[in-house]
Amino acid sequence: MIKSLDPRITREQIEENNSIEPLTPMDNWETYEVFHQKKRGDQHMHVGIVHAPNPEMALLFGKEQYGRRNITANIWVVKTANVFACEYDDADMFETTPEKQYREAGGYKVMEKINKYKKAQKTV
Amino acid sequence: MNSIALKELLYKMADDLLIIGHRNSEWTGLGPILEEDIAFSSMAQDKIGQSQALFQLLHELGEQEPDTVAFTRNANQFHNAQFLELPNGDYDFSLMRHFLYDVADQLRFEFLANSSYEPLAKVARKIKGELKYHVFHANTWVVKLGNGTEESKARMQTALNEAWNYALGMFETSEFENDLIASGVFVGEEALKKQWLDTIAPIIEKASLQIPSSNTWAPVFGGRKCKHTEHLAPLVDEMSEVFRVDPSAEW
Repeated sequence: MIKSLDPRITREQIEENNSIEPLTPMDNWETYEVFHQKKRGDQHMHVGIVHAPNPEMALLFGKEQYGRRNITANIWVVKTANVFACEYDDADMFETTPEKQYREAGGYKVMEKINKYKKAQKTV
Repeated sequence: MNSIALKELLYKMADDLLIIGHRNSEWTGLGPILEEDIAFSSMAQDKIGQSQALFQLLHELGEQEPDTVAFTRNANQFHNAQFLELPNGDYDFSLMRHFLYDVADQLRFEFLANSSYEPLAKVARKIKGELKYHVFHANTWVVKLGNGTEESKARMQTALNEAWNYALGMFETSEFENDLIASGVFVGEEALKKQWLDTIAPIIEKASLQIPSSNTWAPVFGGRKCKHTEHLAPLVDEMSEVFRVDPSAEW
């Protein structure tokens, strides 16, 4: 029997060297990807997975796994099976993108124009 | 407003929360699946935090510091209902107790959000938000398991049967019921019990379970008057063990 410093474990009288049985299919629930929103209106961030039998319980678990610390406004859960992704083998699609700086928005100096306008208004 | 009546109310609520919080924390590391272990432990933490908020109100009414009150009393000084000190049993009993107690607790705090004693109303408004999740969690599990396999349904029904009279014991009335009702502090145990019965009935039905028939009801009273089962003393000893090693230590 396992003897632990924690009396709550010892009194369960768990056998040592439990034989580990191989998992059968459907032994574990399917996974849901969890997305966490910090403040209402913010983007949801992917934070991890939960195992659950249905969306309702995925939300139930997701709230405690990922919403128990700091600020949370909302949680999304999506079945992992419903998430579609590119193949990493096709990564060469993205290779030349960093070179295309003409596509970046850094040249759009809108804040400068706004501040210039505001300043002009003040002196009127 | 009768301060003895108010303190008695606060003590019984705080003790309920502290004792069930501790019992539920005994599942940490032993829960059926990871996500559920985390959720149940998290809720146990919530409950202990809620008891601390109430002990703090008691401190403002002249009682000792929350830590002292929580960890230096003996079992025969606790006012929790006996229901909450019972051992965890299997997860079926713990879930059923979680359902029966948490629904009652949420209703109690809903009522207290309108209490004439403003500090308590303020605490109640905060706590009832947390309890929304606790009740959602309990309802979901009870309904799922009640409608699950033959085994899950049988276990939940047995747990309900075993828990029932102890659960009724949560509504043991105090000699100050009329004071509390008249002064607007609390609507009283009878009103709470009625609301509780109305609230759990549709969920029990949805779970395909049955409440024991009313001619068999026999509420287990005594906890509010500090009469407890043999299970409370070992719980209090274990819960207080670390604190009592050095009560003056800074944490």
